[in-house]
Amino acid sequence: MAKSALLGSSLAKKYWMALTGLFLSLFLVAHLAGNLVLLGGDASAADFNAYAEFMTTFPLIKIVSYLLYASILFHAIDGIVLTIQNRKARPVKYHYEKPSANSGWASRNMAFLGTIVLLFIVGHMATFWWRMKFGDMPVDALGQKDLYTVVATYFTTASTAWLHVALYVVAMIAIGFHLWHGLQSAFQSLGVNHPKYSPVIKKVGKIFAVVIPALFAIIPIFMFINQ
Amino acid sequence: MNLTLKIWRQNGPDDKGRMEIYPVQDINPDMSFLEMMDVLNEQIIAEGKDPIAFDHDCREGICGMCSMFINGEAHGPGRRITTCQLHMRSFNDGDTIVVEPWRAAAFPVIKDLATDRSAFDRIQQAGGYVSVNTSGNTIDANAIPVPKTDADRAFDAATCIGCGACVATCKNSSAMLFVSAKVSQYALLPQGKVEAKERVRKMVNQMDLEGFGNCTNTGACEVECPVGISLENIARMNREYLSASLSSAE
Repeated sequence: MAKSALLGSSLAKKYWMALTGLFLSLFLVAHLAGNLVLLGGDASAADFNAYAEFMTTFPLIKIVSYLLYASILFHAIDGIVLTIQNRKARPVKYHYEKPSANSGWASRNMAFLGTIVLLFIVGHMATFWWRMKFGDMPVDALGQKDLYTVVATYFTTASTAWLHVALYVVAMIAIGFHLWHGLQSAFQSLGVNHPKYSPVIKKVGKIFAVVIPALFAIIPIFMFINQ
Repeated sequence: MNLTLKIWRQNGPDDKGRMEIYPVQDINPDMSFLEMMDVLNEQIIAEGKDPIAFDHDCREGICGMCSMFINGEAHGPGRRITTCQLHMRSFNDGDTIVVEPWRAAAFPVIKDLATDRSAFDRIQQAGGYVSVNTSGNTIDANAIPVPKTDADRAFDAATCIGCGACVATCKNSSAMLFVSAKVSQYALLPQGKVEAKERVRKMVNQMDLEGFGNCTNTGACEVECPVGISLENIARMNREYLSASLSSAE
């Protein structure tokens, strides 16, 4: 019983979902901090490239990045297992349901939203991460891998740049809805529910869910308009 | 009131089941939903057909037996009520009302709208008690001091009537609101704390064995619960189970 209690039980799945989810949320903040440099335009290109180089080579960050990849995978696999088990728990569906009477849209569609986010992550990593790590990269005046030019090309001068921007914004909306339910849900799963603190956690969670994806989305829109 | 009822009919656990349509006339708006079902059943019996099976007992919101999923919600529209406390005045003349049984793998249909909820009994039997011999050596209730706030919260959890609306309404058919209420009512009191760690592990283990789904914190259970059991109880169970599992030697 003990082994499965922290791995296989219904509550263990909640704990792991919450822990990996919170870690991924923290990552979003770190990722955003770097991306905001892009708003400086061509003048900040060298700073952005230096940041990208640091993030891909500094040993401590490398260790954290492996933890990050594992978290994404675990969060997704846990979600798939949860969804399959939950569908099995109701083999005969209701003919008529009124779920909007008692729960929020985002909370009921976490698997759907998560799937969009996962597809986005795959595409996003193929576009930037893979190229930065293993692909052909242009080099800037300081001899650094010129990720700035790669990003700028993708969102401004590429023939389908408008589509890239649009897909990026759609993905950010999906992340926003996912966080809208997910962030406060993670605290509840870990047992943090208190009459004094929970209203604050819920409010901060919702602000986070709107502000962070919005700031991410502003960057390619800004680059596209300012090209 | 004249109504059209679409009701789930299923001859037994192995029957596939189907929705059937029943018109009813001259329903008094002050009847409870169950009384309306009684009128319909008398009509069906008069026609020489098999009446609709549904669970009911006290008809005053305490026993937790009545269990219909009405118009897409557990115990129908309205908050903090069971089906026996739902009155026909909540509907309009000419309405079509859809009535289904609780739907969950762990609550198999016995017949029509009656489901087997003994999974809840087995969860309770797995650890939802205090192992004290109370026969002949009853101690004074005030011998162990209990803070008023703890007593109130334990009582709030203990108001759970075990009706299963939480499972029926949860999109995952999860039983966590029920189990957490039972875990909480003991965990909050000194008499229950002694066995708290064993209790939560045994009850959660039994819940998982019964085939209920996993909780995804949608909060629908809390909204549909006829006695207003709070999600705070699920958080408490999460804490209790985490600390019990981490500190267990097994």
